Amino acid sequence: MSATPLLQLRDLRVAYGAIEAVKGISLELAHGELVSLIGANGAGKTTTLNAIAGTLATAGGELLYEGKGIEKLPAHLRLRRGLALVPEGRGIFTRLTVEENLRMGAYCRRDEDGVEADLERVFTMLPRVKERLQQVAGTLSGGEQQMVAIGRALLSRPRLLLLDEPSMGLAPLVVEKIFEVIRSVAAEGVTILLVEQNANLALEFSQRAYVMESGRITLAGTGAELLADPKVRAAYLGE
Amino acid sequence: MNELALAIPWLGKRNPAAARWVLVLLAVGAPLIAMLFGKSWVRILDFAMLYVMLAIGLNLVVGFAGLLDLGYIAFYAVGAYTFAFLASPHFELHLPFWLVLPLGAVFAALAGIILGLPTLRLRGDYLAIVTLGFGEIVRIFMNNLNHPINITNGPQGINMIDPLVLFGWDISKPLKVGDEITINSLFLYYYVFLACVVLSVVFVQRLQVSRVGRAWAAIRDDELAAKAIGINTRNMKLLAFSLGATFGGVAGGLFAAFQGFVSPESFSLMESIAVLTMIVFGGMGNLAGVIVGALALTALPEVLRHVAVPVQQAVFGHVLLDPEVLRMLLLSLAMIFMMLLRPAGLIPAYSRYSRPELVVGKEAGR
Repeated sequence: MSATPLLQLRDLRVAYGAIEAVKGISLELAHGELVSLIGANGAGKTTTLNAIAGTLATAGGELLYEGKGIEKLPAHLRLRRGLALVPEGRGIFTRLTVEENLRMGAYCRRDEDGVEADLERVFTMLPRVKERLQQVAGTLSGGEQQMVAIGRALLSRPRLLLLDEPSMGLAPLVVEKIFEVIRSVAAEGVTILLVEQNANLALEFSQRAYVMESGRITLAGTGAELLADPKVRAAYLGE
Repeated sequence: MNELALAIPWLGKRNPAAARWVLVLLAVGAPLIAMLFGKSWVRILDFAMLYVMLAIGLNLVVGFAGLLDLGYIAFYAVGAYTFAFLASPHFELHLPFWLVLPLGAVFAALAGIILGLPTLRLRGDYLAIVTLGFGEIVRIFMNNLNHPINITNGPQGINMIDPLVLFGWDISKPLKVGDEITINSLFLYYYVFLACVVLSVVFVQRLQVSRVGRAWAAIRDDELAAKAIGINTRNMKLLAFSLGATFGGVAGGLFAAFQGFVSPESFSLMESIAVLTMIVFGGMGNLAGVIVGALALTALPEVLRHVAVPVQQAVFGHVLLDPEVLRMLLLSLAMIFMMLLRPAGLIPAYSRYSRPELVVGKEAGR
């Protein structure tokens, strides 16, 4: 692990008009880490992720990526620096085929050979996706769409992958498959910030985690620590 | 061009090469065929070409980028009035056409950006309302800017606009070939407009398969996801508005020169709706579709006008329904049946052969 964290939030605030959804949070991601952000509905998890990706403006605080402030950087330029978001609810291009969707992920890249190589890599990681390359993406099942969305983000060759509730609306078996994919992505050295409602699964998978409540981070620790924490168990694991 | 040929029933799929030739012959020979029915039909054909240009331009915005624009005719107005201001006795200016037409296009593009900037965050219905308002604002300005200083000459409009003069050759005058043959200016205008249409088609086809075209397709499907894959959605949307407007501006300039007269009533909301209807009717997002849609919906009311009266007289002995009433009725019926039977238009986009921006395989990379 290098000295400067890959991503650092310092007292970050995000507001929708007069309503502050994220009320000053601080967190850190080191290179290669898999960190999750868990919490109930409306805690501000998605808002935080969108602020990091640049699709929402910040209202205050600092957002450091590789040690540099990126608060003012527009979303499309953040992607070019290796910061990719898989939006909530998949957000795939429903009228394009699976292959077209994946290739759109490489929209900002110029190295054709690299793109082809990455495409192959994604295929080995997501065999289900490879079977359906010529299918229109809107006709895929929810789980397959999620895989396409992750694959598309990977084609931008990200250093930091922001995943927004990849388990949303999926059957438990499918969720497990998605998490296997996430694990293999992490194994390739991609740093991942995962937002999840499925706290149990997220904590099991992550090295570290933050718990968010009404716009603030209330707890932080390793996945195992938080899993054992009685407060977390009571609030999120139904015990 | 290819898509249009392929869309010709029966022949298109069996013999594409022959279909292409049929298409070329049709495009070149159209005014001659129209002449058989009378000179007014050649005039209608000229207008049809202008509508084709408008439909191509609006299709960029609505069909490619997915931004519903109900005030598109405003750009047509900007182009037409620019031409009228700079090439008519109104301001005593008679600038040459090759300067005025591009200026009209530039002003229309600027108007497109002016409309685009405040509406960047709007989508769907909300965007439609604002663009509708924009179209009306432009028309009302044209209508009322004759006071306190007379700029637009108000509802009377501006007349005696200079005709098109290409390299010193006034195409509003009949062309004499030898002593015997004269070519009516309506024909000359047709070929000038046809050339513009062909250029537009080539340009838009190239655009559709470019990075810009793919960015628009992405924004149309999911704007957040488009942002997430690194598309500068703000600039791409502004580009869609301004490029679409450019087509409107050029068509407007040609319209002013052709007609020799512009007035605000040519640029009503109904005209915006008419162009949108052409796109929806023909097949939104598909170049061949919108061309066919524009041609069909320009011709339909005219055919009706010529057919409805004699038919009614023959059947009932007198005219029961005014053709103008029938026109709206039949147009609405046509739209309803279209939406029921072919909701994606006459020649739908997204069928394999008509989705050039989504080419699969190696070519998709660049």
